[in-house]
Amino acid sequence: MSNWIVAHLWLIPALPLAASLLILSLTNARRPLAAGLAIAGQVLALILSLGAFWPTLSTPGYRLFHNFTWFTFGEQTLRLGFVIDPLAAVMLVMITFVSLCIFVFSVGYMAADKNFGRFFAYLSFFSAAMLGVVIANSLLLLFICWELVGLASYLLIGFWIHKPSAAAAAKKAFITTRIGDIGFFLGMLWLYGRSGTLLFYDGGNGALENAGLLSLGAVATAIALLIFCGAAGKSGQFPLHVWLPDAMEGPTPVSALIHAATMVAAGVFLVARVYPIFSLGAIGGVTTSLTVVVWIGVITALISALIALAQADIKRILAYSTVSQLGLMMVSLGVGGVAAGIMHLLAHGFFKALLFLGSGSVIHGCHEEQDIRRMGGLRGVMPVTFLTYAVGMMALSGVPLFFAGAWTKEEILHATSLWSVSRVPHYLMLAGVVLTALYMTRQMIYVFFGRRRAAAEHAHESPAVMTWPLVVLALCAIALSVVLTPAWPWLHDFLLGEKAAVDLGSLIQPGLYVAFVLVALGIGLGVFFYRGAGEVDPLERAAPPLFRFLANRMWLDELYDWTILAVARFAARLADFLDRYFWDGLVRLIGGLGQLVGSLTKGFDERGINAGVNDATGVVRGLGRLVSVRHSGQVQTYLGVIAVGLLALLLFYAWLT
Amino acid sequence: MSPTLATFLIVSAALFCVGLLAALSRRHAIFILIGIEMMLAAAGLNFIAFWRFAPQPTPPTGVMVTIFAIAIAAAEAAVGLALVIAVYRHYHTSNVDQMDQLKG
Amino acid sequence: MAHLIAGLIFIPILGALFVSVAPRNYARHIALGSCLITALFALDLWRDFDPAIAGLQMVARHAWIPAIGAELQVGIDGLSLLLVLLTSLVFPFALFAQVRGRAFCALMLVMQAALYGTFTAQNFVLWFLFYEMSLIPGFLLIKIWGGPKRDRAATKFFLYTFLGSVAMLLAFLYIYFVRGTFDFAELAALGKGDLLSGKMAWLAFAGIFLGLAVKVPLFPFHTWLPDAYEAAPTGVSMVLTGALSKMGVYGFIRLLLPLFPNEMRVAGPWLLGLAVCSIIFASLAAWAQTDLKRMVAYLSINHLGYCMLGLFAVTATAVVPPAEAQAALSGVFLQIFNHGITAAALFFFVGLLEQRRGARGLNDFGGLMQRTPLLCGWMSVAMFSSLGLPGLNGFVGEFLIFKGSFALAAGYTAVAVLGLLITAIVFLRAMQALFSGPLAQSCGQFADLRLGEKWIVIPVTLLMFAVGIYPQFVLAIFNTTVTQMARLLG
Repeated sequence: MSNWIVAHLWLIPALPLAASLLILSLTNARRPLAAGLAIAGQVLALILSLGAFWPTLSTPGYRLFHNFTWFTFGEQTLRLGFVIDPLAAVMLVMITFVSLCIFVFSVGYMAADKNFGRFFAYLSFFSAAMLGVVIANSLLLLFICWELVGLASYLLIGFWIHKPSAAAAAKKAFITTRIGDIGFFLGMLWLYGRSGTLLFYDGGNGALENAGLLSLGAVATAIALLIFCGAAGKSGQFPLHVWLPDAMEGPTPVSALIHAATMVAAGVFLVARVYPIFSLGAIGGVTTSLTVVVWIGVITALISALIALAQADIKRILAYSTVSQLGLMMVSLGVGGVAAGIMHLLAHGFFKALLFLGSGSVIHGCHEEQDIRRMGGLRGVMPVTFLTYAVGMMALSGVPLFFAGAWTKEEILHATSLWSVSRVPHYLMLAGVVLTALYMTRQMIYVFFGRRRAAAEHAHESPAVMTWPLVVLALCAIALSVVLTPAWPWLHDFLLGEKAAVDLGSLIQPGLYVAFVLVALGIGLGVFFYRGAGEVDPLERAAPPLFRFLANRMWLDELYDWTILAVARFAARLADFLDRYFWDGLVRLIGGLGQLVGSLTKGFDERGINAGVNDATGVVRGLGRLVSVRHSGQVQTYLGVIAVGLLALLLFYAWLT
Repeated sequence: MSPTLATFLIVSAALFCVGLLAALSRRHAIFILIGIEMMLAAAGLNFIAFWRFAPQPTPPTGVMVTIFAIAIAAAEAAVGLALVIAVYRHYHTSNVDQMDQLKG
Repeated sequence: MAHLIAGLIFIPILGALFVSVAPRNYARHIALGSCLITALFALDLWRDFDPAIAGLQMVARHAWIPAIGAELQVGIDGLSLLLVLLTSLVFPFALFAQVRGRAFCALMLVMQAALYGTFTAQNFVLWFLFYEMSLIPGFLLIKIWGGPKRDRAATKFFLYTFLGSVAMLLAFLYIYFVRGTFDFAELAALGKGDLLSGKMAWLAFAGIFLGLAVKVPLFPFHTWLPDAYEAAPTGVSMVLTGALSKMGVYGFIRLLLPLFPNEMRVAGPWLLGLAVCSIIFASLAAWAQTDLKRMVAYLSINHLGYCMLGLFAVTATAVVPPAEAQAALSGVFLQIFNHGITAAALFFFVGLLEQRRGARGLNDFGGLMQRTPLLCGWMSVAMFSSLGLPGLNGFVGEFLIFKGSFALAAGYTAVAVLGLLITAIVFLRAMQALFSGPLAQSCGQFADLRLGEKWIVIPVTLLMFAVGIYPQFVLAIFNTTVTQMARLLG
């Protein structure tokens, strides 16, 4: 049975892909069919994912793979493969489940859109590509699906293509992630050159297995860092995070899909997948590459949490929050807490999708208004949205006991506190916890509490097709807290391939309570600052320059625009200029020299050679003219001349004889 | 007295000279043609004479050549006359003095 | 089997004769018919071709001008067959795309014959004859049917390539005087030692290199290309980039590589530098273009730069691990094929836009996605194929090239990979300008893809997907050739 599953793992991405192609070949008019196909594909993928997940529970460290030949070049064979292990299995279930909720939500959210069918085709394509990333047993297959994920996100972010800002955001997303992908590509090539295979697991010959890792030697660090470039691009890590907030131009379900459950998770997943390369030759769990990961994650987590404090767009706040949480996950991976990072990724997938969909419901209810300063008091009008959003907010902030985020965050903080290199990340992450609680409280107060401002006047609750996915996701966010608690670290040990044991003692660590206190502090501060806040942000009133600095996203976009992009554009213009005037000029110079030689030759021809020839012909012409006078045209004269000639000849003959 | 070769040659030379004179002096194209015909006839007479006074027996080459010459002369006269008529139609004259298009 | 090759060369010429005497309205049909027959011949050639044999197949030899060692000698190996198939594919595509009269069709067919000849000739004199024969129709096609700047462009195209050819011819004459043969196989055998010695070897190498580098074109001998492609009518641009530019790459592999391995190795770093310059410089220049056709032309230089990178990486290394050499060479071959299809498709789409709008500046369009979703969709596929998106044909070739070249020349490759990024920027910028935003006034009446256009677009796009997903069927053509070449180099 499990062999059958591993050999047919490809069905999981293939089903949504088939749905996508089918929808694309339909006309736009057949809406119910389009949505039905997409959801059916997703349901089937979910069922198969659960089928794949089930056997992995049987034995710790379960791992099955199925490799096949893609093509042969020369005498070499390029093989790809699929793998199912705890990491892939939990990701599969999470992605298909969350995607399904998002799909259902989209039926309501996109109901009025003209290109409804195309939207579902893109969504299905995205989901297919992402599932492909998860089950890939080859860095190349992973890269292929990875790029397709990028394409899908490009299509989805730019879905409202008539909006220039959406098109610009889509382009930015694709290009920024591709910058990272260039690094990933080089890392992959290097890995391939060194180990001779791109398969992760291949019965002992894979790149992630002993023989493969040994062949890497000292360049493992470089390869790991190059691969991390790709992860940083996709997961929005500093300095490549700039695309992610802009990507909010896409429809809200897209934001939920891309920024919560899937695409951004791909980077974290990638690092987790090739973790053996990162940790190769680790001393006390520390390698250069992992240290880089930690610091990048710390910077990302902190600056994006700060920026989130000053944003007004409901989705942008969530986007920066996502960037910040991804930073946190990277930190976790970097300090060695792989399981904690992945657990946070899973929990985050649920509650961030919940939050994004909730924000979508809010935006829908407020008639496409996204500015939180124009909302307010929605608690009464949109009760379901409010309650589910509150669950999501508490899960994200890390409110203890019954919310998924609390335990995973605590795990990560615990892991950072054990990092032997430096304690700084630990403290900064503690600050991050406070900031997260703070900006989420701010958002909650602005949106759901207080006075009903302009956009909230005519707000209404969303239809059931949109609220049900919210409820389901909220229940999941709560239910997950059971499997994530340290008292029964089942998922943690499952991911690490160990046997779980109940350990109630872990519930009374002092570290746990520090985090809980900080969360309470963050929420308290939020309530204190933002209670009764009006259109002008309290922070803006207190410290205008700081607020502007944060609201303008630390001017990082402008900085890139003036430095890297300006240089690149200048290079392009220079290349064009050189081509037109320098290289072509050089050619023209050579051509001109040729012309010069030509005209010199011509002169010599005309004045020298030609003149001589002309003179000679002149003489001949003169002679001819002289003779031609004798030609009177009189036949009889000619005849006479002939006769005289004949006579003369006869006489000459006679004289001779 | 039987005629000798010399007699024939003298007659032939006289005929030739008459023809030449006609061709050179007459202005009318048809007379010029007649002159040329006379010169041809002189040449034919020569052939016959040389054949007749050659040592016997000889193949009748002289006669043959002369017959050919007469045939060709007939054709030539036909063409010549046709030309003359064509020229006359074009220039409305058959006076050769006025036909000087060939001058250099 | 050699009659197939002869048929390939003669049928287009015969077709050209028929076309030039046929009634005006039937010229294009006859030309397409001729293309169909040659395509069938090419398919038959493919069927009869034994991919397991390493050397030349279907060889035919006849004495021609024994005094100068010229022989009528043709034959194919995997590379030749690949290019023959590509030529058979690109020409009907181009003739479909461009509706013109008798002379146009006839010249196109003559060019096709010349290309078949170039890709199958195994003797330098014959090869050179065909090589030059392609030049004249090219010149005329640009000069007569080109855009506003056609005179200049055509002259530049002709002079550039002709000067290169003269240098090459001189070099080969010298080789003949010293070595006494024009036969490729014999020359290749001699090339394993030292074909020539001392300074003259370098001069001959430089002469041949110049001729081929202009044809490819390799930076900095490329300036004729943007002008020529820009001025040429759509169908001719498609043929120029799809098939004609492959003659240069083919020449590098068939002539320079076996004849001057030592020189190639010594000059390797410089050649790699030129290839990297081609890649980076051309993609940057493409970024700065606002004329779509010029943009695609520069990207064509960029893509052929990848081919050159793979090739030079192999030749620059003294001892090449077979795995890397095979990867790079396979990549180069595949890239030749892919670029032929993709670049021709891109020119075709630009032609469609130009035909509808009467202009082809980036800023002449806007919001097309709302008006012509099918055109935009299929055109995007061609663009993504060109920027190397996995799942489409471009990726496989580029991956193999970079896989080989990274192991052999890591530094150059690391820089060259930036070309992938810049290409992406160029295409996304174009897509943004053309497809997105509000619908431009001037584009309000555009027709979406017509049925006839769909018949061209869909098979070509399917081919792109086929190569991207299952490249084996193309790779199978030349795997043995690649293996053999890698062995010779290793």
